[in-house]
Amino acid sequence: MLKRALIAPDRLDALQLHEWDRLLPEARAAGLLARIDVLLNERGMFDGIPDPVKPHLIAARRIADNERCAIRWEVNRIAHALVGVDTPVVLLKGAAYILCGLPNARGRISSDVDILVPKASIEQVEKRLLDHGWQHIKLDEYDQYFYRQWSHELPPLQHRDRGTVVDVHHTILPPIGRLHPDPEKLLEASVPLKGTKFNVLAPPDMVLHSAAHAFQDGDLTRGLRDLVDIDDLLRHLGEKKIFWDELVARAEELDLCRPLYYALRYSQFYLETPIAQNILEVSKAWRPARTVSFVMDATVDNVITAGPWRKDLCLKLSQELLYIRAHWLRMPPYLLIPHLIRKALRKPHDGA
Amino acid sequence: MKISQLTLVQLLESLVGPGLFLSAGPFIFQIRTKVPQIAEGLRLLYGDFRIASCQDFADFHIRFEERRSWRRGFRPYASVEVDGDRPSGPVPLEQVYAVFEGCLNWCIFTQAYQYLIIHAAAIERGGRAALLPAPPGSGKSTLCAALVNRGWRLLTDELTLIATDSRTIVPLARPVSLKNESIDVIKNFAPKAVFGPVSPNTIKGTIAHMRPPAESVARLDEYCPIAWMILPTFRSGATVSVGEISKGEAFMRVAESAVNYMALGELGFELVSTLIDEVSCYRFEYSDLNGAVRWFDDLVFGDKSIVAQPSESD
Repeated sequence: MLKRALIAPDRLDALQLHEWDRLLPEARAAGLLARIDVLLNERGMFDGIPDPVKPHLIAARRIADNERCAIRWEVNRIAHALVGVDTPVVLLKGAAYILCGLPNARGRISSDVDILVPKASIEQVEKRLLDHGWQHIKLDEYDQYFYRQWSHELPPLQHRDRGTVVDVHHTILPPIGRLHPDPEKLLEASVPLKGTKFNVLAPPDMVLHSAAHAFQDGDLTRGLRDLVDIDDLLRHLGEKKIFWDELVARAEELDLCRPLYYALRYSQFYLETPIAQNILEVSKAWRPARTVSFVMDATVDNVITAGPWRKDLCLKLSQELLYIRAHWLRMPPYLLIPHLIRKALRKPHDGA
Repeated sequence: MKISQLTLVQLLESLVGPGLFLSAGPFIFQIRTKVPQIAEGLRLLYGDFRIASCQDFADFHIRFEERRSWRRGFRPYASVEVDGDRPSGPVPLEQVYAVFEGCLNWCIFTQAYQYLIIHAAAIERGGRAALLPAPPGSGKSTLCAALVNRGWRLLTDELTLIATDSRTIVPLARPVSLKNESIDVIKNFAPKAVFGPVSPNTIKGTIAHMRPPAESVARLDEYCPIAWMILPTFRSGATVSVGEISKGEAFMRVAESAVNYMALGELGFELVSTLIDEVSCYRFEYSDLNGAVRWFDDLVFGDKSIVAQPSESD
């Protein structure tokens, strides 16, 4: 239902009330309700939808507008905290989309800010943020240790007054994981953002990061939203022919071919992203073994099309598989197994 | 059709089957459950509420299910689901009714950003509303319950919705939530008041809900402008005492009590500042409910300057 709405927004005004009754919770659970509102307004169709639906979209719009505003302010505050720190700081994901005015900033909800800095400056950046009111989110000792020892980012920093969270990365995937995109190359290619002290990733890198985030580091809990990000970026940046060749070359250079393969495949399959045939052909060289490919397609399909009501065993199994997969890719088995055992033992307490 | 027009069997059938489409103010809640405490609560407390005539659409889809699991020694508990999401962990059955009411609140204060949402009670008399924003423990609900048993219209007890264009209160008139001693205080004060299932041992102590007056529920469609903002404090043994508060302080108190003041940004600021300009703001301390009700009645019917002559408590 949601998938259809995203692919064919022109037909949103033909939806009956009982269809909206299904669509609203589905879109809300996927974090895409404000997106539906944007799609309607862009087409001047808002007035035509049934009255009971409107307040939900107005509410979602207000929430998304506020988050966008909060991110801008947060970026402003980070700039303030880092005055005089002589190091490149790259805005990632949401913050970058918003400040660049990219189409996937529309109706996007997330108030976290992600930044990438050179590993050599990470301590200095952390200290500045701690001096300016950010604090480590209370994690237990094991989690703190885990982040610092094995992760590609600092433990999340939360501002004590605003409650907003900053993730400071020194690279985009865990250094102990399977793939090793070189952060130096990302920083080097990054582009200054006019009027700010920040940089953003170069266009192909932006897509690759998004792909890596969804298909290498994540477990697709909000899979459709991840795909919407990728789809938006590809449609927008892909208008320039040269972008596609750069993207392919860059994927090889940064060791991100597999995640890009998945991103292109699923974005085209679920959201009908226009991707040239020759690019798809090239990307086929990056696909996994046939059995892996088959299992991946099936589990991704379960998770992407589930909607909030499905709670069956098949879906649970898919989610569990993707969770384990994400961890499997994140760290070598000798670390993974003790880590998962710890998490599993802790679960009953968290759920209580 | 009202819920009281259903027989108990019909009520249970709809709860177990397609769901009960409860129309509460501007929202329609689809409620599905087999948990008897919830059916009982709906029958006792929501009898005057309408069932939505069109069952194609609900604003929120709520489901409570009774479960057992080896992890909890096979003791029954309830699971909560809102629109497929799980806003809360397992709930002990003895507290399920309080959690059900809390769940309806949760739907509103996390989603209904089409309104300014203030954590406050509101009551109306003579076409004008008094807003009572206050932190828990200030006796806001007790005062609200007392007033609605003495002729005031219940607009809302827990969450006040303010329409962002007209700055009027959009009534909910859901049951009034009372805690601990307040339950007996109101039972003594208004012996005819009807109460729903009692939920003991919650984080806030014992909770019970009072049925809203039928007239308040019948007038759910009448939005109401705000005339007074009153910050109540219950202090044992205190006589009624009243003081005017500055617009600045009143502004801060409303902004603090508003769930989504920050999220509404500029709109929130405009709304609260205009609102505060339009209303009279008082601090109000009381211990005796009869005295408190008399003061509130004077607010509407009396012409005297209330602040200059604080009325005597019994």
